[in-house]
Amino acid sequence: MNELALQAIIQHYRTSEEGLVEILREASRQAGYLTPEHLAFIAKALHLPQSQVHSVASFYSLISLKPLGRHVVRFCQDAPCHVVGGRAVWEAVQAALGIGVGETTPDGRWSLLTTSCIGACSVGPVMMVDDDIHGNLTPESVRDILARYDKIGGAA
Amino acid sequence: MIRTTLLISGDPQSLARGANEVRLAVEAELAFYGLTGEVRVGFTPDVSRTDILPFITVYPEGIVYGPLSPQDGAFIVEEHLYKGRVVEHLLAPPEILSGKIVRLPGKEGKLYAEKRVILRRVGVIDPYSIEEYIADDGYFALGKALTEMTPEQVRQVVKDANLQGRGGAGFPAGLKWGFVASEPAMPKYIVCNADESEPGTFKDRTILEGDPHAVLEAMAIAGYAVGAHEGWIYIRGEYALSKERLERAIQQAEEMGLLGDNILDSGFSFRIHVHAGAGAYVCGEETALLESMEGRRGIPRIRPPYPTVAGFRGKPTVVNNVETLANVPPILLHGANWYKGIGTERCPGTKVYTIMGDVALTGLIEVPMGITLREVIEAYGGGMKDGKTFKCAQTGGASGSIIPPSMLDTPMDFATMRQYNAALGSGALLICGQDTCVVDLAYVLMRFFQTESCGKCTPCRVGTQRIVETLERLRSGQGMVDDLQRLEETARDILSASFCGLGQAAPVPILTALEHFRAEVEAHIQGTCPAGVCAMNAGAEAAVSVNHNYFVKTAS
Repeated sequence: MNELALQAIIQHYRTSEEGLVEILREASRQAGYLTPEHLAFIAKALHLPQSQVHSVASFYSLISLKPLGRHVVRFCQDAPCHVVGGRAVWEAVQAALGIGVGETTPDGRWSLLTTSCIGACSVGPVMMVDDDIHGNLTPESVRDILARYDKIGGAA
Repeated sequence: MIRTTLLISGDPQSLARGANEVRLAVEAELAFYGLTGEVRVGFTPDVSRTDILPFITVYPEGIVYGPLSPQDGAFIVEEHLYKGRVVEHLLAPPEILSGKIVRLPGKEGKLYAEKRVILRRVGVIDPYSIEEYIADDGYFALGKALTEMTPEQVRQVVKDANLQGRGGAGFPAGLKWGFVASEPAMPKYIVCNADESEPGTFKDRTILEGDPHAVLEAMAIAGYAVGAHEGWIYIRGEYALSKERLERAIQQAEEMGLLGDNILDSGFSFRIHVHAGAGAYVCGEETALLESMEGRRGIPRIRPPYPTVAGFRGKPTVVNNVETLANVPPILLHGANWYKGIGTERCPGTKVYTIMGDVALTGLIEVPMGITLREVIEAYGGGMKDGKTFKCAQTGGASGSIIPPSMLDTPMDFATMRQYNAALGSGALLICGQDTCVVDLAYVLMRFFQTESCGKCTPCRVGTQRIVETLERLRSGQGMVDDLQRLEETARDILSASFCGLGQAAPVPILTALEHFRAEVEAHIQGTCPAGVCAMNAGAEAAVSVNHNYFVKTAS
């Protein structure tokens, strides 16, 4: 992301400390992840110490400081999804992508993260792929869902 | 073609009370409106209630009216069948089940009708249309407050109604408003806590997505009541749709002059802004939420001072949950006495529950406070899924308690649950069948807190980690004899020494699991998982070697 795009995000929210969380989240969403240069730019624009910007950026789960794959899977690992068969689905997702939690596939297509509850518990187990929520997952259905987004390479 | 069937109670008692006259009046009115060919009228012998005779059930809607006079019957034909409007004042009163709770007569073969107060527009109106909201009494409560009531009177009604905070703690909203109103510092703020992240909870999302104006209206009323002119909605970052609908609603309300300067020519001005979070459970804690809104890590502040004294930007601030706020317009419109007529004496009103887990039907219901878990499962959940038997439930989200079958018939409201050392919390009801392992469940719950602990204070940061490690050992068959004691001690330390509500609630699942399912936890130490969930063999070798060493030591 270039400085112009970043400046536009800062302008859209507030050019003050109070806008920091929203600016970081939106910038991270658009850029995929935030580099030290991004953080320095935001710190300067908001007249904040870089340490504060980094501390906020590293706190929230929707702000990423490391590169993620083209598609990000966020699998809900909380109790309501767990009780209705989430564990088997979780294993199927890992097998389908061939990676474990926090990892990115070597071809850069996929990253696999876990998430806390996303409020879709009546259709659990649930995962988010990018911005989409998929519910009522079964170990059999996850491969088809993932394949709709991109090539998957893991074990069948 | 028949489109509607109208059944009139035709048992002897109903006939004695004039059911036949009602039927004649209904048929005459149907003929007057030319509806005779479309509506079938019949008597029904099936009557389980005697307090509403004679009554009429209109199908397919399944709406029950009663008790009725012939004039009432004619009026129902005109209003309901000809004009298509439900006649509110003739609806049958809720059925009284166990003395404390109510159930509305419902649709045949479907879920029992609920008592919808705050969800009544959800799924009925278009959330993008302010016109539909207004047509359904929307912004009338705000108009009433601004034109007919003083701020003191508004606060008094909310206080009289005994509206209790639906975020989980059940703190009286009227008191909170009073605290802020009495603070001299200006400006003051209204903050709506829409950072709904409690596992198993999606009630606020449903309200925000289905009826966003209700929250805006309530915030403006709260602002008027306490002397605030600015409101902020802190919505969790994952709720993109709710945010979009709220922003659209705010824009519409401003265009119509229902938010902004000089609302309805009353001289009162109120603006609302939306602030989205970025993924952190702890931001649901009100002081962490304020920190996040001010551009910092979501780490709780020390209390006191409470937000009512020094909240957003250091000024007096009301922080109310979405569901709490959604209760306010109906209370203002219908009065405190009406509100107190719903629910239990100590906890009036309705509660929105989310039902999930091993029940046939999962989803969301709004019912009066005081319903029992058994009724939730049987009436709304459609019974246990696949013939499973009930083993335990987890109420109130992750920070709630694990409750055993013996509490199935406990009326659920804030006060009663506290009495039983359980929590109603956010209203999440996770129902677990016999194939759920309590140790495994507790492990998942504690892992949540370990992940979401903000790290500020040691008891929560380290304590949750230690409990997760211990439970991990137990579920892999590597449990040690003193693990029970270790779990209990660590949990009590977290409970007593944590800085904020997150830490103070975190040990509740493990403590309640130990209280009600101790034998099952002990079985894990002995190397078996009674539910057959935990892969006990994973640690079999290690456990054996521990025993072996032990014997070697004693032998030497």
